[in-house]
Amino acid sequence: MLGLTQYTIWCICTLLEISVVVCALWKGAFRRYLLLNIYMLASVAVTVGRFKILTTYGFTSDQYVYVYYYSDTLLTIFLYFALASLYAHVLSDLKVERYLRFATLVLLAGTALFSYAVVEQSTTRLLSRFVVELSQNLYFVGLVLTYILWGAILKLRETRMRLVQIVLSLGVYFSLFAADYALRNLYPSTRALLIPLQQVIGCFLPLAWVYAFWRSPEEARLAPSRLMAVPR
Amino acid sequence: MMAAFIFVVSMVIFLQFFVFYCRSLIAVSAKQALSPEVQEVTGIQRAASGEDFKRVMQLLHLCPERPEDRNGIQAIGTYFHLLNFLSSTVARLVPSMKSWTDSERGHCTYFAAIALERRISFSREMLAQQMDS
Repeated sequence: MLGLTQYTIWCICTLLEISVVVCALWKGAFRRYLLLNIYMLASVAVTVGRFKILTTYGFTSDQYVYVYYYSDTLLTIFLYFALASLYAHVLSDLKVERYLRFATLVLLAGTALFSYAVVEQSTTRLLSRFVVELSQNLYFVGLVLTYILWGAILKLRETRMRLVQIVLSLGVYFSLFAADYALRNLYPSTRALLIPLQQVIGCFLPLAWVYAFWRSPEEARLAPSRLMAVPR
Repeated sequence: MMAAFIFVVSMVIFLQFFVFYCRSLIAVSAKQALSPEVQEVTGIQRAASGEDFKRVMQLLHLCPERPEDRNGIQAIGTYFHLLNFLSSTVARLVPSMKSWTDSERGHCTYFAAIALERRISFSREMLAQQMDS
């Protein structure tokens, strides 16, 4: 069963996700960052669904475990599309939206096939192992895509501060989740420690986006090259 | 093997993204000026120093918390500790690193002072609302 701390973190995270949408609406950024907001709403809906399964079947039930991992995979796919929309923002002058959508779908299918191929060779518990492997790979591919997007931001001298902060926070989020899943794959016995950690990491993205929508106006500018300055 | 590779690469990229993210937060606050009142309270007259960070954070924690600031303050707090670690390890071998970490720690202090200013204004607004009602 979940403890009070875990329930509290869960509630805070859900409230933060709602706050992202409220802040975006309040600041007139809902339509501009539509897919990001849809992702947050989907995340809230998934939380409600998970809570219902949790109260019906219990934390250790197979139903909850499957719903948890498959909804997590679905949310990551949603986040892929949100990331693709950020690409569209950054590359808006190049008119490549159609190609971006196609590339996102190809990448998703490729990641799923690769994860399936890895798991098929290595385990007897195919289904449960597949979702962990797939999540790890999806988060890692998301991280690589965010890193490429950051490279594009630097190359194209994108200066919208809000967009820069959203992309950077997404990079932090993807990297922490990919590392967390990789550790769970490496050391399955640390599952009890790493799952609550995931809850805490999960709060980072909505918090960072609330901050970006609330504190960084759309017209605010920042030269990303300044962030890269290091001593020589 | 694959998981180990993903873990190492993720942690390296995480560090980069985390540092850039913190610097983007600091860049926002660097554009804002401190009021004379907060300058007096914090003792920051011209450039902020990393030595003042702890004191400014203590003052910050005395004020009522604003939920939208929490993430930034925690991130900058972690970034400050990372800089302290760099300052006491790598910067001892690379002198230019020392001046960079000192400058970054000063920026962290300035960020905290700006957050303090916001919290003071927030407290005043709350007090005014209570007085009105």
